[in-house]
Amino acid sequence: MPEITTLAEAVEEFVGDGNTVALEGFTHLIPHAAGHELIRQRRRDLTLIRMTPDVIYDQLIGVGAARKLVFSWGGNPGVGSLPRFRDAIEHGWPGALEIEEHSHAGMAAAWAAGAANLPFGILRGYVGTDLASRTRVATVTCPFTGEELAAVPAHRPDVGIVHAQQADRAGNVQLWGIIGIQKEVVLASSRTIVTVEEIVERLEPRPGGVLLPAFVVDAVCAVPGGAHPSYAHGYYERDNDFYVRWSSISRDRKRFTEWVDRHIYATSDFGDYRRLLGT
Amino acid sequence: MQAGYATDEMMTVTAARLVADGVCFVGIGLPSLAANLARHTHAPNCVLIYESGTIGAKPNQPPLSIGDGELAQTADFVVSVPEMFAYWLQGGHIDVAFLGAAQIDRFGNLNSTVIGDYERPSVRLPGAGGAPEIARSCRNVVVILRHSPRSFVTSLDFVSSPGDHVTTVITDLGILEPDVDTRELMLSALYPGRTVEEARDATGWPLRVAADLQDVKPPSDEELDALRRLTAMVPA
Repeated sequence: MPEITTLAEAVEEFVGDGNTVALEGFTHLIPHAAGHELIRQRRRDLTLIRMTPDVIYDQLIGVGAARKLVFSWGGNPGVGSLPRFRDAIEHGWPGALEIEEHSHAGMAAAWAAGAANLPFGILRGYVGTDLASRTRVATVTCPFTGEELAAVPAHRPDVGIVHAQQADRAGNVQLWGIIGIQKEVVLASSRTIVTVEEIVERLEPRPGGVLLPAFVVDAVCAVPGGAHPSYAHGYYERDNDFYVRWSSISRDRKRFTEWVDRHIYATSDFGDYRRLLGT
Repeated sequence: MQAGYATDEMMTVTAARLVADGVCFVGIGLPSLAANLARHTHAPNCVLIYESGTIGAKPNQPPLSIGDGELAQTADFVVSVPEMFAYWLQGGHIDVAFLGAAQIDRFGNLNSTVIGDYERPSVRLPGAGGAPEIARSCRNVVVILRHSPRSFVTSLDFVSSPGDHVTTVITDLGILEPDVDTRELMLSALYPGRTVEEARDATGWPLRVAADLQDVKPPSDEELDALRRLTAMVPA
């Protein structure tokens, strides 16, 4: 049975320095509050996995929490680039960042393999690209047809963190809308933390929704608004203005550092941060 | 720019004309606008797929990101990311897909990864994302990229996606299409008022011109009206 606990306690208990950690969400339900808590508790040497590292990974990279990034597209969706991600790769600031770069289809196959307890995922992929020589991908031959296929090592992080709309008091979790890769992340990870918009008496089944049963979750934390500036379908909209503002906040090292000091290190939790932000 | 419409509008209309009543894999920005323009004009039954997992999305306003809530709300159905890439893309159900990039070479290979050396690039770009498999799994791959010698290069700094399924390249001057035999991209059509010389000057390799070079029809009133109704709704 998962613990129903605070996010601070869950991160304290389940995430250690040097861990491999995935905070996933494909444009929807991105676990920003959990990312902030990793920063607030000054986790270091993390290997961070995510298909689409965006603003929260820009923050984690910019404060020096990450040693390595495994990803397939690193940008600010609909806006442009991630200044801290770029600075780390182009100039090694605030420290060297090792990268392992895939395609979306490769990452998806690696997550599905992890969830299925398989050592690698299979796809028709990476053909005719320079990625093949720069990343962890190999070729396997189909034993039935002889076709050559790409193999990617399964993702098996120490900790998987996702955000969802609801959990019940037993720790069953439900999310709906764009469901992304969250189920695979939870099933592939050794330990899982789920932040939710609210804890309800009873989960109402949603069309196309994903249910994560209590027995695959280690901690459930109620963090209303915990996906902001991403969105939670049925709860609040994407804060597009924040994504646009992030470009200028993050562009300059000093301004970024001051922003993190004031908005993350000097706030007690995500609720405190949201009050400061006025959202 | 011609009197009466902007170059961006010409590009978007040109892209929209390539979308038929089939299945279209859409990226954000100009491709999304073009696909929705097609849906509002000549291709009302086209099925728009956004890689976030929304199939049959019918957004009322053009989305800012590929995962906007509007897409899920208006979709016929929503699938997970592994299902999107394994069943729907790799499964071979996509007729046309749009791709962008920082660089293209004469065979339609694209770079969206780095400018300069991979280990210590001068510009780190977002990366390949869905492009490597989109570029191989869709029947028609349409690239949209503004013409400039910095973008149309003889040699890519990095090959993010292969060009062998690229059928059309839409630029701000006209259209390039691969030669049937050599697969080399050739100038096949120009927008009104544009010249072969402009296209050659903006291409980093010696650009060949198709024997039957066409003129792209300017946007019709119906196309422009529909496009402007859409762009008026784009969030600032």
